[in-house]
This record gives sequence, structure tokens and C-alpha cells, in this order.
Amino acid sequence: MNVLVYLVPAALGLGLIGLVAFLWSLKSGQYDDMEGAALRMLSDDDLDADA
Amino acid sequence: MAAPLDLSVYVRRRDGTAHIELAVEGVACGACIRKIESSLKALPGILEARLNFANRRLAVDWRDGALDPARVIETLDRIGYPAHPFRPERAEIEEARRAAWLMRCLAVAGFAAVNIMLLSVSVWSGNVTDMTPETRDFFHWLSALIALPAAAYAGQPFFRSAVAALRARRLNMDVPISLGVCLALAMSLAETIGHAPHAYFDSAVMLLFFLLCGRYLEHAMRRKTRAVAGNLAALKAETAHRIDAGGEIVMVPAAALVAGDRLLVRPGERVAADGVVLTGHSEIDESLVTGETDRRAVAAGAMIYAGATNFSGALTMRVTAAGTGTLIDEVERLLERAVASRSRYRRLADRASRFYAPMVHATAAATALGWLAAGASLHDAVVTAIAVLIITCPCALALAIPAVQVVASGALFRRGIILNAGDAIERLAEADTVVFDKTGTLTLPEPRVANAHEIDPALLALAARLALASRHPLAAAVAREARDRRPVEGATEEPGQGVRAVVDGAEARLGSPAFCGLDGAAAAAAPGPSLIACSHAGRHALLAVRQQLRADAAQVAQALAARGLDIRIMSGDRPEAVAPVAEALGVARWNGAMKPADKIAVIGALAASDCRVLMVGDGINDAPALAAAHVSLSPITAAQIAQAQADALFLGERLAPVLDAVTIARRAHRLMRQNLWLAVVYNAIAVPVAIAGLATPLVAALAMSGSSLMVTLNALRAAKRDARRPPADDAAVLAPRPRPA
Repeated sequence: MNVLVYLVPAALGLGLIGLVAFLWSLKSGQYDDMEGAALRMLSDDDLDADA
Repeated sequence: MAAPLDLSVYVRRRDGTAHIELAVEGVACGACIRKIESSLKALPGILEARLNFANRRLAVDWRDGALDPARVIETLDRIGYPAHPFRPERAEIEEARRAAWLMRCLAVAGFAAVNIMLLSVSVWSGNVTDMTPETRDFFHWLSALIALPAAAYAGQPFFRSAVAALRARRLNMDVPISLGVCLALAMSLAETIGHAPHAYFDSAVMLLFFLLCGRYLEHAMRRKTRAVAGNLAALKAETAHRIDAGGEIVMVPAAALVAGDRLLVRPGERVAADGVVLTGHSEIDESLVTGETDRRAVAAGAMIYAGATNFSGALTMRVTAAGTGTLIDEVERLLERAVASRSRYRRLADRASRFYAPMVHATAAATALGWLAAGASLHDAVVTAIAVLIITCPCALALAIPAVQVVASGALFRRGIILNAGDAIERLAEADTVVFDKTGTLTLPEPRVANAHEIDPALLALAARLALASRHPLAAAVAREARDRRPVEGATEEPGQGVRAVVDGAEARLGSPAFCGLDGAAAAAAPGPSLIACSHAGRHALLAVRQQLRADAAQVAQALAARGLDIRIMSGDRPEAVAPVAEALGVARWNGAMKPADKIAVIGALAASDCRVLMVGDGINDAPALAAAHVSLSPITAAQIAQAQADALFLGERLAPVLDAVTIARRAHRLMRQNLWLAVVYNAIAVPVAIAGLATPLVAALAMSGSSLMVTLNALRAAKRDARRPPADDAAVLAPRPRPA
């Protein structure tokens, strides 16, 4: 019983962090262009800049 | 020489940064993203260029004053991506905000639902094993701690809608939903305080989660179609040549024109605004305005309307607001009356909820009274009554129709049909009479060479290449026959006569019959179509240019008739021009020379005799009829005012989307009714269980998720594909191929 008193709220807290992270990513526009994100990942632009 | 393009209406400025949005054509793959963004970032003064691949829109920021936005469009054009400036409509911005809000609610409800379910499953299994009451109370309190704030936040879409409906003294589906959720939470809290074994926190939050899923999907589908419609509007947006005070000619988007502007309209161009001719003589084609295919001669002082095509001579005109007594004025007056007199369509879901909500609430009240009369304690009676409300909370009912709508509008979208109105599917399914406009609806919006198959292919190919060198609208029709899209080298145009060039050592001519020495043959030909002559090295031909029926018009008319629809044609064109079309389609009932008021009168008469009319039309003269009809469709080439009234738009050169729309809508409507019956059957089983007091939280959770799953799976059948015809390519709809100029 005692262990539940802090483990269950701890689990909920971790879930809450996930929720906040999702809301943040939503707010910062990361879901505005799902198709584009999938394609941009394949582009090598960043490597060209280093070379 | 191209006049400079003035884009200032589309540019938004803030803190020294200018911003423009463009709809881009031809974006097909990941490489396009890089090509577009890197070539724009190479321009001086550009701060940011980002392409949204999902909706093919490009956002560009630059230091204000450092760059002319026209250069952005030029650059894109040069690398092969025609771009069109774009001003997001307020409705679209509003919807984006609402979608983000629904998503936040959905995330919160999802988080709460899984965590409460975790606690609830522990309690359910603990109740039948050895869980101590203290642990159970602890879990219930934790559930309450999650459920109450989560429901207060995620339930807002339903609470607000329910409050709005109650204020207007109406009942909608959100009233029983809100009531069920609130009572379930309140009762569970009371039970938790009283150390009772059952709490319904999980049911309340799960209900919100399921319903928000449905709402969000419905909204996402609508946004997607609206974004495509917005892009198409940007692609179609016209430009005009404005004559500035100093006599300089500047190209401006039609959206930027105001009354009093002076415009130059060259032959072959569309008139971009209503106005009065100041100087010049010409013939104009008003088929998009009145449906009349004969051209009208205009001179100084004549009123001309946006959407007309200028044929022979250059005109200058002054933009005016529609004056009284003009055609546009009449159309607008009729439109107002049609919109005002149209009875608000009562949606299937609203009709269902009008019966449902009072019935559910009466059942719950009867349950409480019944148990009290049977000697149960007040507490037990109220708990049972609330359990009835929870289990009848119209989860399945509220999902039954939106789920079908989402799937069906996706299926319509793949076929090139873009819905404007949310309830269009239901109304389309009920249509039993189809009224077609002729010009631009049954026929293609642009004229074609009607006798192309009778002409020597080599000569036709030459004529088409000669036509590419001309700006004349009739030449544009001939140019559409071109396979080889390179104009003939050294072709010269003689204004009002035709085009000539030397090909293979002999002179080739394309133009009026007189220009090619074919006067006699032209006089002998039947009157009606406009004739163009072509001659080369002793060979010659007469090309009949006229508006042609859409290739599948006859088949579609037959198929519609086979589905039991009564087909009619109402055209603003002369009866002589309508008769052959009616005959080709096998339509017995048709009218020609119809004024906008006549069209409304016929539709009104049909409605009075209990016909549900589907109006299909494209012209400005059709707009009032489109608004007055039970449901309406327009081709994407339609005049703006007509598009705004239509319940749905269809893309492409075929008429098949009209048939598809009716077929898919009827199937969807059948599924909606099936789903409503499924919900009724579910309630018929679940309600007696709840009245008997056997609806524990576990039973409620199983019943609700089971019924929601059932209606959702049934809804998926609305997308059933027709094996006979492949659907239009999704990507092609989003990024239409540039049309041959």
C-alpha cells in the first residue's frame, strides 16, 4: 500500500510530462506539415553546409 | 512586353519584415522542397522561405523594401514552379485555430482516459479480489483528481455548443452529452466521498475522448478540402492591366481593383471586373455570364461584366460598382431573395437528437421514480437513474453520422469533388431531379475544334502550331489540338485576319476564311460554329470551333436517369443552341433563353411539387438558381459568385463527378441511417440493463466502446471503391497540372 502512495503519482507525473511535451510540440507547429517533415529528413542539405 | 506586377495587396508587413504566402504548382517530391527554398534564399533580402508540402503553400519573409515580391514569383517560375499569391481567408484561419484547440482537448482527454482506465482496471480486479477499501478510495480520489480538470478542459467543445443550443431554446446532440458527462462526474465524486465501491470517472472521460476523436477527424477533413479549394482559387485568380494616372500600365491582381480604376483589356483576355467601356470596339464572349454562346458587340458606354472574354479589339474600361438595372444587380437581388427564402435544412443528426434527448431524460426520470416507488433508497434510485443517463449518453449516436461524413467526403475528394457545405452529402442523397445548365456545365468551358477527326492530321498539327503564335481566343481553341507545343518559327500575326508563316518552302496561313481564300466554302458550310480556315501548299481545311459537350455527358445523363433521377436542362442560351444538346443527351424536358429569374421560378415550381432539385451550373446567371435549389454543384471553372453558392465543386473535364457525387452520397446516407439503427439497437439492449441497476462501471465502459467501434467500422464502408473506375490521383487534385495556355 505504502509504495502505491508515491509510485502511482510518480507514474502519473511522468505521463503528464509526456502530455506537456506533446502540447508544446503542437504549439510550436511541428504537426503543421507532416508530409514535408518526412521528406525533409531525406535531404542532405545540412551535410553540404559542413563540407 | 510584360507589365510590372504589383502584389502589394498580398503582402503583410510587421516590424520591418514583409511576408507573403503563395500557392505553388508542380511540387511533387522532396527534392522540390530543397530546390524552391534554396533558390529563394539565394535572393538578396530574403529572411525565410518555407514550403508546406502538405498544402503546397510557401511562406516567404524578407526585409521590407529590400526585394520586390514579383521577383520571388519570377524566380519560382524560372525553376518550373508557377506560384500564385494567396491571401488566407478569415474562415480558414478561424478553422485552423479551432482544429488546434480540438487537438489540445483531444490530447488532454486521451491522457486522462488512459490513466484513469489504468486505475479503474485495478479497482475492478481489486473489487473481486482482496483490495482494501483504503486503496480503492485512494485510486478513486486520484481518478477524480485527473478527471475533473481534464473534463473541465476537454469538455468545452460540447459544453459551449450545448449552452448555445439551450439559449436558442433548441436541443442538439451536445445537450445529452454534456448532461451525461457532468452528472457522471458529480455522482462519482459523491460516491467517492461516501467510500462507495463504484465510480464512473473512466466512462465520463472515455466518452469525451471518443467524441473528440470524431469531431477532430470531421474537422480535419473539412480543413483539407478547404485548403485545396483555397489553392485552386489562388491558381485561378485573375490579373488585370491597370492604367495608372500617368498612363503607365501595371499588372495587378483582380482582388486589388477598386471602383474608378481604369483597365486595359487586350484581345484574348478575360474582363477582370464589372465596368463601363471607355474606348474601343470589340466583340465579347459572355458565355460564363449569361450562358449565351453568341458574341456581343460592345463599344464605348457599354456595360461589361467580369468573366467575359474579349475577342477582337483592345478596350479600355472603368471599373464600377454594379449599378441598378444591370444584370449583376438583378442577380444579386434574386440571390438575396433566394437565400432568405430557403428553409434551413434540418440535418439528420439534429432530427435524431430532437427525439433522442427528451426520450433519454424521460427514461432516466422514470427509472428514479420507479425505484423509489419500489422502495429503494433515494441514493440508490438516483445512482441508477444516472447510470441510465451515462449508458445512453449518445456516444454511438454522436459518432454515427460524423464518421460516415468523414469517410464519404474523403471518397468524394479522391474523385475530384470538394464539399463546401457540411450537410451537402445528406442533401445530395435526397435529390430526385437534376437541372443542368448547358454552357460550361454540360459543355466544356472553352471552345474546341468540333470537326478535328475529319481533318488531315498533318494539316491540323500545322494549324495548331500556327495557332500557338496567336493571342486570339479562337486560335486558343485550335492550339489545344497541338501535340507538339512549339510555335512555328517566324509566324506573324495580322490583327483581325490571322497568322501566316513559311513552312517547308510554302506559305501556311491560319485565320478567317477570307484570309485563306476560302470564302466560298465557308458560306456553303452550315451556320452556327465559328469557322477558322487553314491553308498550306494547296491543302486547306475549315475548322469549326464551338463549345463541345463534355466527353462523358451522354453516359452520365443515362446513368443518372437509370438511378431514377429526372433530368432537365435550363440554359440562358438560344433555344436553337440548346436543342441539339438536349437531343444528344436524350433529355426531353429543356428550356432555352432562360433569365436568372426564370430559372428560379422553375426551381421554385419543382420544389412546390415536392421535387428535391440538384442544380448543376457555372454561370453568373446560374447563381440564384444554385442558391435556391435543394443542393447544388458547380464545375471549378465556374464564375466566383456561382462557386460561392454551390454546395460542392468538381474538378476536371468530365461530367462523371456529378454521378459519383450522387452515388457516394446515397451510399453514405444509407450508412448513416444504418448507424442510427445500430445505435437504437444498442440502446434497446443497454437501457434495460441500466434500469435494472446492473450497469456497473465495467459494463458501461464495455458497452460504450463496443458500440462506438461498431458504428465506426460500419462507416468505413462508405469509402468502398468502384472497381470499374480508378479514382483520381490524390496528388493531382492537390497540385493540378498547369493547363495548356
